[in-house]
Amino acid sequence: MTVFIAKRFGFMILTMIIVSLLLFLLLEYSPGSVATKVLGPYSSEEQRQLWLEAHGYMQPIYVRYFDWLFNFATGDFGESVRFKVPVADVLWSRLANTAILGGFVFAIMIPLSLTLGVLAGMREGSKLDRTISVTSIVTTSLPEFASAVLLSAIFVFGLGLLPGTSGMSRGWNIQEMILPTMVLVLYDFGYVARMTRASMAEVMTTHYIRTAILKGLPYKTVIMKHALRNAMIAPFTVIMLQINWLLSGVIVVEYFFAYKGFGALLLEASLNQDIFMIEACAMIAVFVAVVTQTLADIGYTYLNPRIRFS
Amino acid sequence: MNDASASTGTGTRPILDIRDLCISYFTRAGEIPAVVDFSLKLAPGESVGLVGESGCGKSTVAMAIMRYLGTNGGIVGGSIEFDGRDLTTMAEEDLRRIRGSEIAMIYQEPMAALNPSMRIGRQLMEVPLFHENVSEAEAEKRAIAMLEDVNLPDAERVMEAYPHQISGGQQQRVVIAMALLSNPKLLLLDEPTTALDVTVEAGIVELIADISKKFGTSMLYISHNLGLILETCDRVCVMYSGEVVEEGTVNEVFDRMRHPYTHGLFNAIPLPTADKNSRPLVAIRGQLPLPHQRPPGCFFGPRCDFFVEGRCDAQPIPMTGMTSPTHRVRCIRWEEIDWDNYAPDRKEREPHPPGEIVLQVEAMRKYYPVHDDSLLAIFRGDTTRQVKANESLSFSARKQETVAIVGESGCGKSTFAKVLTGLETATDGKIIFGNTDIGQIAVGDRTEGQLSSLQMVFQNPNDTLNPSQTVGSQIARVIRKFGVESDPDKIHDRVMRLLDLVKLPRDFALRRPRQLSGGQKQRIGIARAFAGNPSMVIADEPVSALDVSVQAAVTDLLMDIQEEFGTTLLFISHDLSVVRYLADRIVVMYLGQIMERGSTDEVFSPPYHPYTEALLSAVPIADTRVEKKRIVLEGQLPSVLNPPKGCPFHTRCPRKIGAICENERPPVHDVSDQHKIACHIPLDELKAVEPVFRLASDAPSAA
Amino acid sequence: MVDETLDPVANRRVPFIVTALKSFLLLRESWVGMIGAAIVIFWVLVAILAPLLAPFDPLATLAPLQKPGAVGPDGAIFWLGTDQIGRDILSRIIYGCRTVLIYAPLATLCAYTVGILMGLTAGYKGGVWDEVLSRTSDIILSFPVLVLYVIIIATIGASGTNIIIAITFASAPGIMRIVRGLTLDLRNRDYVAAAQTRGEPTWRILLVEILPNARGPLIVDACLRLGYVTITIGVLGFLGLGLPPPDPDWGSMIADTRQFALVFPHMSLFPSIAISSLVLGLNLLADGLREISLRD
Repeated sequence: MTVFIAKRFGFMILTMIIVSLLLFLLLEYSPGSVATKVLGPYSSEEQRQLWLEAHGYMQPIYVRYFDWLFNFATGDFGESVRFKVPVADVLWSRLANTAILGGFVFAIMIPLSLTLGVLAGMREGSKLDRTISVTSIVTTSLPEFASAVLLSAIFVFGLGLLPGTSGMSRGWNIQEMILPTMVLVLYDFGYVARMTRASMAEVMTTHYIRTAILKGLPYKTVIMKHALRNAMIAPFTVIMLQINWLLSGVIVVEYFFAYKGFGALLLEASLNQDIFMIEACAMIAVFVAVVTQTLADIGYTYLNPRIRFS
Repeated sequence: MNDASASTGTGTRPILDIRDLCISYFTRAGEIPAVVDFSLKLAPGESVGLVGESGCGKSTVAMAIMRYLGTNGGIVGGSIEFDGRDLTTMAEEDLRRIRGSEIAMIYQEPMAALNPSMRIGRQLMEVPLFHENVSEAEAEKRAIAMLEDVNLPDAERVMEAYPHQISGGQQQRVVIAMALLSNPKLLLLDEPTTALDVTVEAGIVELIADISKKFGTSMLYISHNLGLILETCDRVCVMYSGEVVEEGTVNEVFDRMRHPYTHGLFNAIPLPTADKNSRPLVAIRGQLPLPHQRPPGCFFGPRCDFFVEGRCDAQPIPMTGMTSPTHRVRCIRWEEIDWDNYAPDRKEREPHPPGEIVLQVEAMRKYYPVHDDSLLAIFRGDTTRQVKANESLSFSARKQETVAIVGESGCGKSTFAKVLTGLETATDGKIIFGNTDIGQIAVGDRTEGQLSSLQMVFQNPNDTLNPSQTVGSQIARVIRKFGVESDPDKIHDRVMRLLDLVKLPRDFALRRPRQLSGGQKQRIGIARAFAGNPSMVIADEPVSALDVSVQAAVTDLLMDIQEEFGTTLLFISHDLSVVRYLADRIVVMYLGQIMERGSTDEVFSPPYHPYTEALLSAVPIADTRVEKKRIVLEGQLPSVLNPPKGCPFHTRCPRKIGAICENERPPVHDVSDQHKIACHIPLDELKAVEPVFRLASDAPSAA
Repeated sequence: MVDETLDPVANRRVPFIVTALKSFLLLRESWVGMIGAAIVIFWVLVAILAPLLAPFDPLATLAPLQKPGAVGPDGAIFWLGTDQIGRDILSRIIYGCRTVLIYAPLATLCAYTVGILMGLTAGYKGGVWDEVLSRTSDIILSFPVLVLYVIIIATIGASGTNIIIAITFASAPGIMRIVRGLTLDLRNRDYVAAAQTRGEPTWRILLVEILPNARGPLIVDACLRLGYVTITIGVLGFLGLGLPPPDPDWGSMIADTRQFALVFPHMSLFPSIAISSLVLGLNLLADGLREISLRD
């Protein structure tokens, strides 16, 4: 077990290093284009040369990489071209906003999808099961930008209940959180619910559930004590990996609703060739994804005694 | 127990009274009647065996008693009275109180029957906690006591363990303990030992046979194995295609069977007391009818030698009582058929003289490295360990001879097949086949001739054929690959002739594997193996997944073809009865090593290796005339990862003589020039051992 | 597979199209699958017959900001209205369907080719091959997908080919995982051992003995993935990283008209419905196929 955790962490660090190397090569391989991106397409050759020398770009590539990595590790992400301030100044507050949005989404999605998944999987093939399954297929089929349009059409233009943007221009407002949260929950809950349902349905057909029932346990005990724990092993991983999906989803949703979050920032940076911002955002995104994946793997073995005590 | 007083419940009230039970499954294709008209009475303390082949409905009956038939199954007629109450109409809540307390069940696969993420102790304690409302402490006390009752050493440790941490035999003991915890009146056993190794099975069977004595529990024992029924039951019901065809006391059914199906069943099972020359098997022709395609009248009619048109297929056949009040049969011709002078058409086989040596294995070893990732191993700097799958194997096989390799799981018999076919290469030693040492030549480096002369027949019928190709093209591929023929018409001809050879219709060539039954798939597997004219065929448990009646036909087919082609057959099996039936010579393996080898007669009679002796005594025999010595091995099968030092069998050997067994490799006794025994016990002592099987001098006697 | 056509015994083989039709008829068993298939076929027909169906040239600027049902200058009706520069929305949706139905299957096919090759190799060869391929996939999969797309497209530029490259790069590892898992299971089958013992070459074992038997789960996954790739192409269009204008593309149609949505919601609503229905069709079809494959 200890060895396993150590390995997982080792792999996590390795992944981060490889990802950083890839990003570095992709974005900073040719110093010339870096200077163009930073100084803009109308800068003169002379200006670019001066900038490159001033920022240590004349050194061999591996030295530059290690410098960059070191700066990165110490929290110095460079200066944003677009915002003209250090990247870190913009990044953290945007990240916090996204974390709030993510928190809302998870707080609603997890109980909802687990409950629906368990209910559907408990009695496979029942009316309830079919209704939940088809509903979840439909909602998963609506891309975020499409459901954002649909929900806006209903709640903003049709009913006039909610604000159409979430820019928080007049201070933080929970009403402005509703639509982005709804869109993300709508797109994501179906997948988790379906996975939970599949897992639960599979557990319900196992022989040990038969044993539990034929042991004369009340149905409630069979579900709560025997089925749930085994049925939750697979969805646990799915939920952890959902954080990875959420990082994709927020790009669309934040862009659509003009929410000042991390996803919108990454997109803005990409569209404007703000390379230090792209690097920082990408590294953070991958870091979050890799950490959750590692936790998912460790949690999976913890939940599963067959692996834990092998 | 065979002679136990067989009451049918005429005096006392039966604990279980099933009348005219009909069970159906409802699918999109319509209603499928799984059980039709099933009746059974079970007296308190009595054990009844329910025997039949797969698909006959025996497990469905057990599940119906528990009223657990899934969402698409239902009882469509009849009643199940348990202790005076009708279970078929009982409310769900009342049913729950009976399940696990008054009626308990023991399952086929213990590993699957236990919750993998719950400690065993908790799973056991639930029974008294929910049924008797006892305190936690009391429940725990009872659970521990019961684990000790089922002979599980170290009960406290088992309580704390998760199911995967104990062995299969121990798991089954836990399941039995769970069933007995509430002191049930009725115990349902659904193939409780089918998933276990034969020496482990012997221990469980002994335990089960003790239950009714010790606890006075009535038992319904479901099995496909007649031998097990004989060892555990007082009465027996033979089922065929959803109905009982014959019932009676064990002695009545085993010695004076009256239904043609029961007869067929007994003629189709090999016995460890007889070989192919003295008692050739007789297969039942045809196949079990599908539940919705049963013939009119007698369901066995189309497969029966005594079928009379117009009588047997006129109307449903009722159960008829016979001279004995306990013996009943579902055959309208039982009085007309002269069973006492009936001799089925047994095909005589002439023993053939051994030819030249085809395969010579010399001190072959196969070690696998395994990586140990535990902290302790890393700490010691020793993360690679060796699994000694095969240790110094030496034996030979001659032309047209059948050599059987026998052993339980983990004995290395399948590894040996892999090395022989080149899927793995030997670590050391030689395998001389056709004058070359092929032990080190991997399959990719073998010549076409070496490949074609060594082919395999596999165990699992559902796995042996590629599901997405037609049967014909799979056979044709072998012919083309080995260059037997290259002209498309000639290939086609040869495929047709091979289908004739395995006695399948020619139009099967265009079928896909899923359109074939298990036995038919095995026949195709045999045709495929023989398509390239091999000089040697390795058959890895080719019939163990098949039903008894089909087994006999496939076994015979394999032997016929072998005889016709003069092929050497290496038969890998765990089933000593089958081995006795077809092998000329036997190699007994245990944990990767050869314990004993010799001709079939030599291995089956003293002197035995103590392991062979235990193995023989563990075989259930469906013959009341045979008396056998009872040897139940202690302990578990050791792991191949960590085999015992010295003699690998010393941890379980009932004849262990001392420290020498633990420390030194046993010497090999040469009993004759081909009979070898690896044991520390002096040969003279081994020779003095009594034979395991003895035919009772006074043949079948009345109960 | 390879040999079957030459096979003397199997020379009575039914043509592929009949088998395909037969499998399609199996869908009757699942109404969910039937609905899905109907939607997908509908959009395929729309794409094929686009020039016949579209009332206007999708690029022509006719009359800006018309509501659905409005009558155009020459008496023709804008059934779904026009956009901010006066292009007919119905015609743009019809032609936009072509874009999606060309790029999504093409990208999925590329991803599958790469993913299957990787998965078969990793699963069958094992050892170092498996380790390297699996670790590479793990690293690619650890990127949030859209982050990966945004970075790739922003760096190499937005074009049809680049979208296919990006989708292949991001999806192949997922496909590889599935194929690898199936291969690990199938390679232990006895018929694979039989092929090995008769010395069949590795490529033949992979393509004849293993891959055809993995097709069930792969077809289901391909349907789901096709839906997901459709979404991805839409999202990229929506984020301004899709195909360069002025070719009609559902995602960019929504993006372009979003700021007018307060007054003219129809301009983004109809393309949203179009893409959602196509994805829904594919997902329902996948579910139907899965349900049927579980039955036998």
